[in-house]
Amino acid sequence: MSELLELHQLTKIYDPKDQPALSQIDLTLTGGHIIGLLGPNGSGKTTLIKIVCGLLQPTSGDVLIDGNKVGPKSKSIIAYLPDRTYLNDYMTIRESIEMFMDFYADFDPTRAYEMLANLGIRPDVRLKTLSKGNKEKVQLILVMSRRAKLYILDEPIAGVDPAARDYILRTIISNYDPEASILISTHLIADVEPVLDEVIFLKNGTINLHTSVDAIRETEGKSVDALFREVFRC
Amino acid sequence: MSWNLDNDRPIFLQIVEHLQNDIVSGTYQPGEKVPSVRELASQASVNPNTMQRALSELERTGLVHSERTSGRFITEDTSMIEGLKEELATEQIKAFIERMKQLGLSGAEIVKLVEKYTEKYTDK
Repeated sequence: MSELLELHQLTKIYDPKDQPALSQIDLTLTGGHIIGLLGPNGSGKTTLIKIVCGLLQPTSGDVLIDGNKVGPKSKSIIAYLPDRTYLNDYMTIRESIEMFMDFYADFDPTRAYEMLANLGIRPDVRLKTLSKGNKEKVQLILVMSRRAKLYILDEPIAGVDPAARDYILRTIISNYDPEASILISTHLIADVEPVLDEVIFLKNGTINLHTSVDAIRETEGKSVDALFREVFRC
Repeated sequence: MSWNLDNDRPIFLQIVEHLQNDIVSGTYQPGEKVPSVRELASQASVNPNTMQRALSELERTGLVHSERTSGRFITEDTSMIEGLKEELATEQIKAFIERMKQLGLSGAEIVKLVEKYTEKYTDK
């Protein structure tokens, strides 16, 4: 299978006086997987994601996405859900969908409207009238309605109620292309655990662990959630 | 409805057990087509690769076989299904007897109690 994402010796230093946010990360992800990017606050998850998405420049090291350097080509195959809202509050959902159709050739509006209907969100309301959780759902729907090769979701379900969370996870499983991969950064490990096949533990800017969920359960006899609490015990 | 999965055991194993259970209980009939990996993964709310792995394991043991273009089917070998049913039942009985022994009951007492309550609890 092709290598979808390759990081070589990736390092990011914000302030030379501090320790690096990311330190010589080597990572390879192939297509067809759902990967959890897990780590405590400040461990470098969002920094890593932003570098892959081209929003931050690495201090040193290389990033290859499906064989391409970060640029227009890589951005066209990555669907990215940032950790904060960036949609225009004055627009309606329908207008936002139309904007996404203009921006992304791989955007599938039918999928977006179907998910909205299933979650009971009317497309003609303005975003500013939505609750925080519903706004998050709309953003996630927009991102998941693209037919991308790599989905990068930074804290996708944090503000969403448990029932909608289940729906979203089921949607992720049944909608993504078998060749595509999804990288999910989250603190809600127990919720996403059955959906993941691999997990990456990030600790102080380095990869502490990169293995499969079932390998952890087999060798440790505990869930990823329990292992996380142990490894990152405060 | 997602399946009930324990937190401390490999998900793949639990899926295998769940599907075995569905096969011996007749939820899936001999020779019946098995839903697609994706459909099952969505039902169970688990990763499709994990579901795939579980189905491959069932194929390895012969309980399920795949036909190149049309998908996967439950075995038509009913004696194999009966054999598995007995195997799974034996495991449960073994665990049950262990528990009863911990309560201080002898073999004869266990049989007597089981007979007494079997009728009461099997009607429902």
